[in-house]
Amino acid sequence: MAMRKVAVVGAGMTKFVRRAQETGKELSWQASHMALKSSEMTMDDIEAVCLGTAPDSFDGVHMNGEYLSDGAGAWRKPFMRSYVGGGTGVFTPIQGWYHVASGLFDVVLVVAEEKMSSFYPHAQAAFLTIFDHTTERPLKPNLLWIFAMEMNRYMTTYGIPKEDIARVSVLHKRNAANHPCALLGDADITLEDVLNSEVLAWPVQRFDVSPVSDGAVAIILAAEHIAKRITDKPVWIEGVGWNLDTAHWTNRDLAYPRYVEYAARMAYDMAGIREPRQQINIVEPYDPFDYKALHHLEGLQLANRGEAHRLYVDGIAARDGDMPVCPSGGLLGVGNPIAAAGLMKIAELFWQLRGEAGARQVPGQPRRGLAQAWGDLMQVGTVVIMGR
Amino acid sequence: MTEKISKYPGTPLSEKDFKDENILFNYDQLKADYSWDTGIAIGQYLAALKEGVILGARCDTCRKIVVPPRTVCEWCYRPMRSFVPLKDTGVVNTFSLCYVTWDVKRIKDPEIPAVIEIEGASPLHGIMHMLGEVDPEDVEIGMRVQAVWKPADEREGAITDILYFKPIKETST
Repeated sequence: MAMRKVAVVGAGMTKFVRRAQETGKELSWQASHMALKSSEMTMDDIEAVCLGTAPDSFDGVHMNGEYLSDGAGAWRKPFMRSYVGGGTGVFTPIQGWYHVASGLFDVVLVVAEEKMSSFYPHAQAAFLTIFDHTTERPLKPNLLWIFAMEMNRYMTTYGIPKEDIARVSVLHKRNAANHPCALLGDADITLEDVLNSEVLAWPVQRFDVSPVSDGAVAIILAAEHIAKRITDKPVWIEGVGWNLDTAHWTNRDLAYPRYVEYAARMAYDMAGIREPRQQINIVEPYDPFDYKALHHLEGLQLANRGEAHRLYVDGIAARDGDMPVCPSGGLLGVGNPIAAAGLMKIAELFWQLRGEAGARQVPGQPRRGLAQAWGDLMQVGTVVIMGR
Repeated sequence: MTEKISKYPGTPLSEKDFKDENILFNYDQLKADYSWDTGIAIGQYLAALKEGVILGARCDTCRKIVVPPRTVCEWCYRPMRSFVPLKDTGVVNTFSLCYVTWDVKRIKDPEIPAVIEIEGASPLHGIMHMLGEVDPEDVEIGMRVQAVWKPADEREGAITDILYFKPIKETST
């Protein structure tokens, strides 16, 4: 199958905040406007728009994609919203990629937005409908349960000390201190701060969790012949992958994300990567909880099972380490406006690979990066590999 | 690009801005009532719970027994025709000690949700339920547990017909 090369040529993002005064539409416009400006393009150059936003229940708006469409610049254009839960932010650029790779469009705008603060009193309750209405919801579940139980299974299966998982939170929040849009960046946070934070649902403590946030991110994708005219530093999408596991989450191995492995293998095959641990220079795994970053690094084949925490202990994951993990600061540090958080990782790789990440810049002129997100009922993996 | 830009859009608000009415906002409540039919497989699962039995489904091709039962095998996509009664005992696959409610209110005595691998189902196949009659300190992965049922005349064909699972006191041999 002949597919065209696709590059990221522009990116923009809003601050990630606990509550934004702007509506979702306004945030979408701000990020899109910035992405267009960064590549010196206008809306006339955009042929189609891909939008990512997570459950309608956050906004209380049915057909949230259509609601946001004017802010995303979709009017009188081919437009589609994609949604795979938390995996959306890395899936929407895949949707944009196949729009361009297929030859259907030359230039596509990809926008991801989330406004979680509208839901009262706390966005967590909007997630309750992910549990089965007949066999689980009568038990009055709490969203934290599912993550706490997965974390416990993961820790116990491999005997990983809680201290080593908390290192993830420390590194990401420290990295975020250099991100101008970050909500929870903290250059001085310590392991003790994380380990002494309030226990919410053991083993999950407050600082193990990313914050509820509002925000938007946008990128522009272009076919090769256009990309080379727009910029002399295009960042190519080298591989994409996505995969879904069973929704019967109590009927599967919770210690290992098989669906992330399958998504990663699809992307590695496409990118011609045989030795991911040598060939991926920067990795932005999805980190809504600290243990999830480790879980995902193992699914991505970037660490042996039960050993991803060694990357943090040995300094490999640090910004100046051999394989920096979440140099952006990740969801734990920058914030977690669901769909926007995933696309933030793509934008980070774009800036890092162009050498434009400022104080966050990974040294050594990184050649290739990987971004991954995860979602639905803890069952979907989405992966994008980018290189220059 | 990020280093070239010093100002990013997005205006943070605090809870105080709402309380002090510094901004305009519209508060609304959505009302949504549903009545879900149980379907074929879960209908039989609930009917069995009413009789004090946990029902699974077997795929004759994959030789897997799953719980709760379903009408199609996810592995081979063939129909699952045989529903089989399982034991009401199992092993704790994982658990949490949860100190907040679904609407983030703090509680002193933790709720103990768990995934319980049901005896008679394939390995790693379980259901989510609660643990009870146990000190939170003593809960362990791998612990054997047994369902505590509502009295027969109070059961209504729901997952809550099982009140919780409690540890099985192992007799040392």
